[in-house]
Amino acid sequence: MEAKTANRKRNHFRAYKLERFFDEVMAGRDKFRSHYRNLAERLASLSRQDLTERQQLADNSFRNQGVTFTVYSDEAGTEKIFPFDLLPRIIPVAEWRHIEQGLIQRITALNLFLHDIYHNQKILKDKVIPRTYVEQAKHFRREFMGFKVPKDIYVHICGIDLVRDETGRYLVLEDNARCPSGVSYLLGNRLILKRVFPGLFENYRVRPVEQYPSRLLELLRYVSPGGKLDPSVAVLTPGRYNSAYYEHSFLAREMGVEIVEGRDLVVRNDHVYMRTTQGLKMVDVLYRRIDDDFLDPTVFRKDSVLGVPGIVAAYRAGHVSLVNAIGTGVVDDKVMYYFVPRMIKYYLDQDPVLPNVPTYLANEKADLGYIMDHLPELVVKEVNEAGGNGMLIGPAATQEEVERFRRLIRSRPRDYIAQPTLNLSRHPCFIDGKLEGRHIDLRPYILYGDKVSIIPGGLTRVALKKGSLVVNSSQGGGSKDTWVLED
Amino acid sequence: MLSRVADSLFWLSRYLERAESVANLVSVNLQLVLDLPTEQGKHYSKDWSPIIAGLGEEEVFRESHRRYDARTVAESLVFDREMPNSVLGSLAAARENARTVREQITLEMWEQINRTYLWICSRQAHEQFERNDWEFFQRLMKSLQLFQGIVGMMMVRETGWEFLQMGKFLERADKVTRLLDEQFHLFREEKTVQENEADTHRWPEYLSWEEWHAEDRQRIDGSHHCWMAVLHCCHARAAYQRLYPSVVQPVKVTELLLLNERFPRSMLFSVSRVERALRRVNGSEDGRFTNRAEKYSGQLASELRFSSIADLFESGLHDKMDEFQIKINRIGEAIREDCIFPPLSAMAEVE
Repeated sequence: MEAKTANRKRNHFRAYKLERFFDEVMAGRDKFRSHYRNLAERLASLSRQDLTERQQLADNSFRNQGVTFTVYSDEAGTEKIFPFDLLPRIIPVAEWRHIEQGLIQRITALNLFLHDIYHNQKILKDKVIPRTYVEQAKHFRREFMGFKVPKDIYVHICGIDLVRDETGRYLVLEDNARCPSGVSYLLGNRLILKRVFPGLFENYRVRPVEQYPSRLLELLRYVSPGGKLDPSVAVLTPGRYNSAYYEHSFLAREMGVEIVEGRDLVVRNDHVYMRTTQGLKMVDVLYRRIDDDFLDPTVFRKDSVLGVPGIVAAYRAGHVSLVNAIGTGVVDDKVMYYFVPRMIKYYLDQDPVLPNVPTYLANEKADLGYIMDHLPELVVKEVNEAGGNGMLIGPAATQEEVERFRRLIRSRPRDYIAQPTLNLSRHPCFIDGKLEGRHIDLRPYILYGDKVSIIPGGLTRVALKKGSLVVNSSQGGGSKDTWVLED
Repeated sequence: MLSRVADSLFWLSRYLERAESVANLVSVNLQLVLDLPTEQGKHYSKDWSPIIAGLGEEEVFRESHRRYDARTVAESLVFDREMPNSVLGSLAAARENARTVREQITLEMWEQINRTYLWICSRQAHEQFERNDWEFFQRLMKSLQLFQGIVGMMMVRETGWEFLQMGKFLERADKVTRLLDEQFHLFREEKTVQENEADTHRWPEYLSWEEWHAEDRQRIDGSHHCWMAVLHCCHARAAYQRLYPSVVQPVKVTELLLLNERFPRSMLFSVSRVERALRRVNGSEDGRFTNRAEKYSGQLASELRFSSIADLFESGLHDKMDEFQIKINRIGEAIREDCIFPPLSAMAEVE
């Protein structure tokens, strides 16, 4: 279908370059995809000046509200706003249904897998996944073998990163089954866009997102110890110097529960209590945003000052529920990612709705040969790293970096995987007063309680640096509001 | 309420009050220079070290500044981040505390603190201060007053609110005593200046009650501006006019600021509010105490309630102000130890 109306007033897309990538908005030169047509018309009625003003208004709102994150490496300003791009990303309903189906399938398989490896280990006995990979995984918690978690749920909150290739196909890039962050930005983006650009919403029926905190609270209450009614819930944060502190406090406020630090909690007789001005108050469920390693200095890392001595004993005694459960980090291992399609087949007897990105395991002889032969074309990732750290992007790397990774991979093959360099899809972004294409991904947030609930859309992250493929906020990434349309 | 949260609310409120009183102090003194006769004004602008000393910031100040002239002192008391009691230092501390309890306060409260902080850090704020400090302080005051308005309008009157009241009024009581103490310095200094131009740092002993009265009568003209400034520092100009339809007399000003029960910036009013907030948190009855914080604040309030201004002058006002400051500190410590972080051994489980 042709869109002839774009240049009726102002054509912001005149100088827009499509290049060889899948563009979310344009199907070809001056051809808008149908679900973007209303948006394009609306944009055409606005001047560049209008857009600039609205962008500034949005930036100021974020700054005044203190919607910021902390960058550890940056000395100049440790607090930054997460850059926000005015143009929303739109996902048509049919596309979303497909994504939703894939996500439900994936988180179901992940939970079955975790339950299995911490109990009977059938999948290992049937040799579907080599036993050593699981047992050597850094975050596999052998000490929780046979431990029963409430309602058999391990991953309650999951962020599964999706990308689109040059044909527009959605692929799973990564699973985040420990403490995925970013949902507060998703909610903030919607709030601010509605405020600074209400007109954009006029001709669309966008599915709301603001129900997330109440869904989260329902989920936390659902997994209370022994099904205790009216449990006391709190968010456990590493503290205000943590990069995601804003999010922790935001979620606590929206849910109307306390936010606690390790030092606010004491354990007595295997029960967890908050220190209050009136005395000790019992806590039943903790949405903890602290990794396993730092949770309890008497069990995991001894040097942790963030944790609570004795909390793991209280957890074992079944007196406090931790969300997510201890031991989910094993599926964040990028080697486990490789096996998720097999888990889906094994536990659900289905083919994955959302395929993985082709992945090579450096620990497998055949794959290692391929990796070594094609290193400058590949993306190499360290299996336990996140946030774009410990990564080689072959085509963008210098000869020296490639050789450094070659040595690393050879010395520790279990720690690396490789993938082809993807041509991530692009979306127009408003940059220095002009529209330019930037690579994006999508992180939907999945809540797994008595049913699976997925916030419509997710956080669309944008690699704001020209040509960059890295969307992480710590590496110059920004975000967009993400719309899923009603039927 | 979580102990850590109570602590943050208490300090957030204390720091905001501190920011306001320091800003007021600087602003009023800058205006005072303009009101004094030229020679006196010039002399007064040369040395603001008593203001620095009154805030206990000599050490930090000396590290980075040589001169104690009005401009240097004023600017550092507003913008010097290294100085814990500067306006910026206090606002930064208030904001850090607010950040840790964001989920406990309303969005509007947080946003107002954050905006005020971001503004004072901006170049525009500094430029405005350079261009016209009066306008700068007006804007700052309005921002801080807006915060108090938001709190009053939106915050549920429960434990969190009470800790905000404790922090605010304890700080206010403390600042009133410091302001008066400093003013008594200044008051005597004029005499010294005339006697010995070179030696401005030599403070004579304090006057007796009789001498004060004599001074009052003789020197009303000379000290008028200074005592007017004290009133302005405490937003007490209108209250004074209403309660004492006479010229500004140091004794009356002191009485208003220490002993008036109904004026919200007086010491008695402030200490009574601290006491009341403590009682509400613990649900304890009037006339009794259940912990040291209630005991000390009750004692101090009673002392003020059952004193005349002449009584306070008996042992010398400077000593009296010192004594009050020690008592206020003791209340602060007791609040922390008994009400915010009660010892774990004494803790019972609550439902």
